[in-house]
Amino acid sequence: MIKDKSIDEIRDILKTNKVEDVFEEAKVMAKEANDEYNPFVTIMDKCEHINSISKIDGVPYALKDNFSTKGILTTGSSNILKDYVPCFDSTVYKKLKEAGAVLVGKTVLDELAMGGTGLTGHTGIVRNPYDKSRITAGSSAGSAAAVALGIVPFAIGSDTGDSVRKPAAYTGVVGFKPTYGRISRYGMFPFASSLDHVGIFARNVKDIATVTDVLKGRDDKDMVTLPDENINYSENLDSSLKDVKLFYIKEVIESTSKDNEVIVNFKKLVEDLRSKGASVSEVSFDKTLLEVIYPTYFIISCAEATSNNSNLTGFIFGPRSEGATPDEVMINTRSEGFAEMIKRRFVIGSYILEKENQEKLFLNAKRIRNMIVIKMNQLFKEYDGLLLPASGSIAPKIEDSSKPDRLGSEYLILENHLAIGNFGGYPSITIPSGFVNNMPIAVNLTCAQKEDLKTLQIANNIEKVIGGDK
Amino acid sequence: MYKAVIGLEVHTELNTKSKMFSQSKNEYTKEVNSNITEIDLALPGTLPLPNKEGVRKALKLAMCLNCETPSEVMFDRKNYYYADLPKGYQLTQMTKPFGKRGYLDISVNGVEKRIGIHQLHLEEDSASMTHMSTYSLLDYNRAGVPLIEIVSEPDMNTIDEVIEYLENLRSIIKYADISEASAEKGQLRVDVNISMMKETDTVLGTRAEIKNINSFNTVKEVIAYEMKRQEEILTSGGKVIQETRRWDDTKKETVSMREKVDAIDYRYYVDPNIPVVSISDDFKEDIRKTIPVLPRERFNKYITLGVSEKDAKSIVREKEVSDYFDSVLSFGVDAKEASNWMTTRLMGYMNQNNLNICEISLTSEGLASLVKMVSEGKISSQQGKDVFAICLDEGKTPEEVVKEKGMEQISDEEAIREIVKEAIKNNSAQYEQYKAGKTALAGFFVGQTLKMSEGKANPAIVNKLVNEELNK
Repeated sequence: MIKDKSIDEIRDILKTNKVEDVFEEAKVMAKEANDEYNPFVTIMDKCEHINSISKIDGVPYALKDNFSTKGILTTGSSNILKDYVPCFDSTVYKKLKEAGAVLVGKTVLDELAMGGTGLTGHTGIVRNPYDKSRITAGSSAGSAAAVALGIVPFAIGSDTGDSVRKPAAYTGVVGFKPTYGRISRYGMFPFASSLDHVGIFARNVKDIATVTDVLKGRDDKDMVTLPDENINYSENLDSSLKDVKLFYIKEVIESTSKDNEVIVNFKKLVEDLRSKGASVSEVSFDKTLLEVIYPTYFIISCAEATSNNSNLTGFIFGPRSEGATPDEVMINTRSEGFAEMIKRRFVIGSYILEKENQEKLFLNAKRIRNMIVIKMNQLFKEYDGLLLPASGSIAPKIEDSSKPDRLGSEYLILENHLAIGNFGGYPSITIPSGFVNNMPIAVNLTCAQKEDLKTLQIANNIEKVIGGDK
Repeated sequence: MYKAVIGLEVHTELNTKSKMFSQSKNEYTKEVNSNITEIDLALPGTLPLPNKEGVRKALKLAMCLNCETPSEVMFDRKNYYYADLPKGYQLTQMTKPFGKRGYLDISVNGVEKRIGIHQLHLEEDSASMTHMSTYSLLDYNRAGVPLIEIVSEPDMNTIDEVIEYLENLRSIIKYADISEASAEKGQLRVDVNISMMKETDTVLGTRAEIKNINSFNTVKEVIAYEMKRQEEILTSGGKVIQETRRWDDTKKETVSMREKVDAIDYRYYVDPNIPVVSISDDFKEDIRKTIPVLPRERFNKYITLGVSEKDAKSIVREKEVSDYFDSVLSFGVDAKEASNWMTTRLMGYMNQNNLNICEISLTSEGLASLVKMVSEGKISSQQGKDVFAICLDEGKTPEEVVKEKGMEQISDEEAIREIVKEAIKNNSAQYEQYKAGKTALAGFFVGQTLKMSEGKANPAIVNKLVNEELNK
């Protein structure tokens, strides 16, 4: 009844069906899917619903397992929090609950959101709904899969580098992260605070707008949140592509072969948009700056992550290992609780923050971040948005996922430019744009800070163009 | 000869209503782990909410200590692992502390000295930890309590200077309503940095740091011990090692904790969750307006008014006492006399009965009128003391007491002259003897007159008139 349905369609179904029955169906689907694709850490037993007049009242959804939910296990997909039941609600969860949305389950992520494959959660790997032998990408792997599998019309993720927008591309759903500060991070487990965003997955742009309307707004508990704006996104999506000025970055497109079907698909879209009245320009961007996006991201995120996760000691919450002294308890808890790849990031992060390395590594990375943001802000004065392929290929095979040449230009540029959205806190959305070998591919649109409505309006038009809408 | 070079780091807890980065209550309680929220426990996903009042108070103290203040609010993370530190880092200020390059003036034995303030910054306190034989207990009530650290320059050389600096600092902290600054409640904690150098040396010696001293008395003991320890090492040709030490109160000695205090790298960096907020000049001005006249300025004023240095020092120690004294002076009484009443009578009474000035039933106006009555001769100084005691015990005004007890001194010369004449008439035998040359009897007539006036006649006037009448 509700499989593959959008929010509006489910709202129609709810006119003649009980919220509990809709939840039950989603729950059954979630349980079946978990055997094959493993998107969930926790599937809710009971339907918990508060009546509301919102547009998502009664609508089932999934929540990434790094959002604090009072009384509900929240693991961050890590052994170090495998039995942690929070005593407070994240603002995102609280708002969804109060808007009448019904939680179906908490979804698997790469351990503590640090990873891009969906393979490192403590409850096992998440598989791509289009091909079980392929990855979903991550870290919001389970949320992407839950929407792609049609279990829920929307799901919540978090995005520090591309953790919503990349998995959206690989699983054929829409993935959006609004402007930094548009949605409160309170209660979302931090990875790298200056880059962390709440993100949303849905089947179409309108549903994304509907959920963003529920979640956006000033939260006194998160000081970086922006003041409220009294605009309803979902009711103001209609706009014209005429006079819309988009650009793409020449060096990104040229970092791969012209015959790459993703590029072919992208160029066709550019032509289609032009035919609908939009202008799409080719802009050149310093290639060296593009190549250092990944190391810059890695340095800043590891440094912040090291200190953000220093609270995981077993003293106050989470499993605690034995030890003769408090120091020993802490060392044993952390040694046993984190996977090797996480420890590697912490060691790197500590190294970066050391007095003698800070200037050269951490502060230089921040400077580069700033250079990129200044350049982008200049471009956004001239253009409405940046359009690029969200990824250079379809989802890799699970066994190939760690193989890309991480120092090659193609990987550095084509697979990492989405982090620009996190550097500048820009609204950024991934929209499915077709299929290659029966696997979904996507484009990404990034706009200036605070231009969330414009982003969604253009995305809505792009979606129509791709869908062949006349 | 060696001299000591001493710098202090003083930590004081702020008296804000809530903690520095959460809305938990900031108040002392015996019930462990009761003033806590998810933020104080650093549960995953929690974010800091800076307390504006804490920011205001820290800036205020920086201004009181003549510091340069920054144009932005910025907090840094100090990263280290310890069981009493919930987040695994402490929010503090490294990049832009609220105060830099300030000073505090002191005077020891009449000699003025300016002590430099290197830096003042705001941070959060850790949990309190109690170590048992096989386990440790953690109480998070203190975790997140706002704490100010005031780092002086190594400008002090003697125990007296150190204590004077501490006393002055404590006064200012209390005057500015920053903290109760009670060492007993752990609200004032001192780290002492001390080294020894020869008078002729141009470079500082190697210092030792003695951490976490809770009382000024212990500060004295620590410095005395360290001066002796380090001097003995140096005179015997040894080398003082740079290290952190602690005070063992039972053995009365400092004990080494760890060497090379600078070896720990705290990996400071600017906290990304607290946006950098600029501090406007208006905001600073609003804070500046709330700063009361500080003890040093009051002290100088009292000295010019003729109050002794000792009395002035003890009056300015507590703002309430000094405010009371200022109020007494506003009624136009002599400062020197009023200060005598303040320090010997009033403060003596407060100490004896363990009262503070707000709990005293004698108002400043009352004390002023009492001082006036005595200095104008309306009552004798002995009567003044009695009135003072009655006022305090019964809560009456001096006027009421004087009236009730009929103590009003007679200063009307004509009235007194009548009594003198009567005394002479009643004691004609003594009068004759006086006239015959026994002039010592003048005192007898003074006594008689006073007796007949029931002690109300002004003795000085009586004295004068007795002489006049006897020698007519």
